[in-house]
Parts: sequence; structure tokens; C-alpha cells
Amino acid sequence: MIGYVIRRLLMVVPVMAIVTIVVFVLSRVGPGDPAAILVGDFASSAEIARTRAAMGLDRPLVVQYFSWLSQLLHGDLGISIFSRTPVLELIVQSAEPTLLLTATAMIYSIALAVPVGVLAAARAGSSIDRALMGAAVLGFSTPVFVLGYMLAYVFGYRLGILPVQGYPGLESGFGPVLRSLTLPAIAIGATFVALIARVTRASMLEVLSEDYIRTARAKGLPGSTILLVHALKNAAIPVITMVGIGFGVLLSGVVVTESVFAIPGIGRLTVNAIFRRDFPVIQGVVLVISLAYVLLNLAVDLTYTLFDPRIRY
Amino acid sequence: MADATPPAPHATFGAGLWQAACTHPTVAIGAALLALIALSGIAAPLLTVHDPQAIDPLNSMAPSTAENLLGTDHLGRDVLSRILYGTRVSLAVGTLVAAIATVVGLAIGILAGFVRLLDAVVMRVMDGLMSIPAVLFAIALMAVFRASVETVVIALAIVEVPRVVRLVRSVVLTLRELPFVEGAIVSGSTLPAILWRHILPNTLAPLTVQATYIAASAIIVEAALSFLGAGTPPEIPSWGNMMAESRAFFLLDPALTLMPGVALTITVLAVNMLGDGLRDGLDPRLQGRL
Repeated sequence: MIGYVIRRLLMVVPVMAIVTIVVFVLSRVGPGDPAAILVGDFASSAEIARTRAAMGLDRPLVVQYFSWLSQLLHGDLGISIFSRTPVLELIVQSAEPTLLLTATAMIYSIALAVPVGVLAAARAGSSIDRALMGAAVLGFSTPVFVLGYMLAYVFGYRLGILPVQGYPGLESGFGPVLRSLTLPAIAIGATFVALIARVTRASMLEVLSEDYIRTARAKGLPGSTILLVHALKNAAIPVITMVGIGFGVLLSGVVVTESVFAIPGIGRLTVNAIFRRDFPVIQGVVLVISLAYVLLNLAVDLTYTLFDPRIRY
Repeated sequence: MADATPPAPHATFGAGLWQAACTHPTVAIGAALLALIALSGIAAPLLTVHDPQAIDPLNSMAPSTAENLLGTDHLGRDVLSRILYGTRVSLAVGTLVAAIATVVGLAIGILAGFVRLLDAVVMRVMDGLMSIPAVLFAIALMAVFRASVETVVIALAIVEVPRVVRLVRSVVLTLRELPFVEGAIVSGSTLPAILWRHILPNTLAPLTVQATYIAASAIIVEAALSFLGAGTPPEIPSWGNMMAESRAFFLLDPALTLMPGVALTITVLAVNMLGDGLRDGLDPRLQGRL
């Protein structure tokens, strides 16, 4: 097991190396010269050249890449062009609402989607199944920001029961935070719920046709025991895999939704960086989020043994 | 050379499509809905007399009238004509991204599946690209390039290619070991002939399904990018742009923001219905998988 963990951790290295190369190439192929952007619009060409040399931009690209990489490995993600603050600091500052939002969306999605998928599979072909899967396609097709505005309209504007703008911060207590994250979490989770419910249903259907399920039925076990004890545990692996893959969808949703609900998280940081052409910030966010995604999928792989003891590493 | 190939694979694929449409009503419904949406985009100049860009400040935020069926926005532009013209951007982006990503992904996937030396390298690169969440990757690409519909298409195609590569490679790896392909190799067929006759036809069904899902995803991400201000330039009416421009007036007139959103959702729903139906109809083995 420990050997497997180490091997899997080592596999993160080439993946992240590719991500850093992509991010580095992007920062160099764009039109604007980073030095020119840094010194501002009114700098002389000599001044730009001096800044270029100071930033090391006159060195060969490979040298630049490795020196940038070594900075990254020391936790230095560069400095925001706009606010002149270290990018890592900006990300840490805006991480709280983003982490809470992602976690809330993930927990409620799984809690809702798995029962929905199990129910649909248990009643496969019935009108309940068709209604649930129809709803799943709809959830899958509604863009997160469209759903966000619909929720804001109904629950914020018409009913006035939930806040639709801003984020109070944990220092104001858990209640207000949860209230402000409810609508955005529902919006972000919709696609995720649909994805997981569909996989749960498909995986359950496959397992329910196995011989040991027929044996369990023949033994006279109650339907709910068969469904929840025998089938669900064996159907869990594809579902957990989808939780890992779908995490990317969730993160994409967070970036967009924070903008809809004016939540000062990493998504808003990114969107503001686009307008300010603050490339170091965009780079940093891409790197950090991709690393989070890769590590979560590693964690997902490691949980397989919990659900299926036949899997040994 | 005597080569016992089954009848023209494209004909069977076409027949498969037709059968999928007949046996799976979602294919027919999705296709019909999509045709209607495409038609309203193409025929937009005939369906409305208003220029989607014509500003009329004296008639801004107007409610629905006989003249402006869905009212006007904050600059007095006709909302209905903007929604109709907005169809063009969404469908063009969806179609182009699906086409480009499929063709490029097919080429790379076949290469990776057949050339063992390239396989490991190509797949690690694809893993790396896929570990950047789609919207974020698209944002990073758009931050580098000048905002235009073309760059949106290129950015989204780059984001989607790895998914196609992975699919094609897995199909190729399975096919490569099958008796009929081994037979073709033994009987002396050239590599291009094997690819054209045996590999390509067998990738068509899963690729068609994948292409529809890519189109759906591309339509959503284009709208998201435009909504965030990093996509289609504001002078072109697109649903994402309309939502971005009207959000400041959300409390004043929520319909301005919601209407393009509903158009967007219906379009994506139509594409997804088509994709789900094709998946179930074209290849029973894919049923239930995503």
C-alpha cells in the first residue's frame, strides 16, 4: 500500500510538469511583453530593456523555464502585476470562501445524487426512473451561471429568504456563511448531481444483474438490504471515480459562480485578473487548482480499497 | 488484393444513425429542436426587422410590445433579435469546436494507439492538459490571445482535444488486438488501408457521441467566457454577452438576464438529448456510460 502511494505520488510529477510547461508557454507566446506590462505604458525602450534583463527575460527560454520552476518549488508563484502582492498570498487570502463553497457543493451533491441514482436503478424503466433521469439531463444542460441567476431570482428576489450577493466570512459565524453559500452551492452542484446520479444508476444496474444479487434475492433477503448492502458497495467504484473526475467540473463552476454571487474567492480573483491582464495571477490560480485536482484524484484512487477489499496495492 | 471487408462502413454507420433516430425518440426530439434553433439563427434577418446592434436610448429597458416582442435592453436594443442572432455564435462555436477537436483528437489518438513509442509521452501530455479545469484553461488561453470568436473556438478545441485522444486511443488499443485487424495485418494490408478500412469506421460511433457532448460543453464554456468578459467580443451579440451586459440591471429587470440563459439552456439540452439518444442507439455497449 505504501509503495503504491509513493508510486502514485511520483506519477503526479510528470502531470504537473506538463501543467507547468503549458502555463509557462502560455505566458511567453502571448502578445504583450511582460516587462513592458510591468513598467507601464509610458516607459522608454531602454527602461523596458533594463526590466527585461532584471526579470531574466533575455535568457534562453529553457533557462527561464527552469529558473521559474525552481521558484515555484520554493512556493514563489510570482508577483501580481496589478497589486504588487505575491500571488500565493492573494490565493491564500481568497481561498476561504472557495474551499467552503466547493466542499458544500460536493457534500450536498453526493448526498443527493447517490440516493437518486439508487432509486432510479431500483425502479429502472418506471416513470420515476424516467423523471429522475430527465431531470438529470436538464441539470446537466443548465449552465451554472444561468441556474445561479434563476435561483437568485426565485429565492433572493421573489421570496427574499436567502442572500444573493457577497460573503460574510467565517468570523461572522457559521450560520451566515452557510446561508450565503446555499444558493451558489446548489447552482454549482447541479451538474455534479446529474453526473453522479447517472453514473450511480448505470453502475447499480450493472451490479444488480450479477449472480450474487440473484442469490441474495433467492435467500429471501429484503429488497432494501440487497440494494444498499450488496449492490451499492459493489457499485461504488465508478461513482467514486466520477466524483474525482467531476471535481474539475465543480472547480470550473466555482470560478463562474463566484462572479454571479459576488463571492470574493479564487474565482473572482481570476476574473479580475483577466480584466487587468494580470497574467501571474492567472498562472498561479491555474497551477494551484490543477494541483488540487490531481491530488484529489490521487486521494480518490486510494479510497478504492475501502469499498472493494479485492483491490490490493 | 482480396480483402474481405464488410459492406461500405459509412453506409452502415448512416443506417445506424437512422435506426438510432427511429428507436430512440430523444434523438429525433433533440435533432428536431436543434434544427429549429439553427433555422431561427440562420433566418434571423427574416424573423425580425430589428438590427441586433441598433441602439435606441430613448426606448431603453422597454417592456414587451408589438414592436419589441421581448422588450429592449439598457441601450434600447431589441432583445428578441439579439437572442435570435446570438444563436449563431453558440451553434457556430459548438459545431466548430466539436469538428476541430474530433479531427485533431482522432489523428493524435490513432498515432498514440499505433505507435508505442509515442503512446506514453502523448498520454502524459494529455493527462497534464486534462488536469486543468476546462473553464480555467480556456480563461488562461483567452488571457493570452485577443478576444474573438476564432480564438474562443481555438481555445475550446485545445481544451477538448485530450478527451477525444483518450477515447480514440482506447478504441484503437482494443481494435488492434481483434482477429480481423490481425488478419488484415497478416494479409499484407498497408497501415493506411488498415486505418481507413478497419480502425476509422469503428471509431465513428463513439466519436459521434463524444462530438455531441463536446459541442454541448463548448456552447456552455463559450457562454461562460463571454459572461465573464473573456470570450466573444461585445460587438457580437451572444447569449453570454447579453447576460454579462444585463446583470447590472438584474434587480430592475431580471428577464433581461434570464431570457438568453433560457435560450442557452434549451440549446444545450437539445444537443445533450441528441448525444444521449445516439449513445444508446449507436452502441449498446456504451449505454449508461458517460
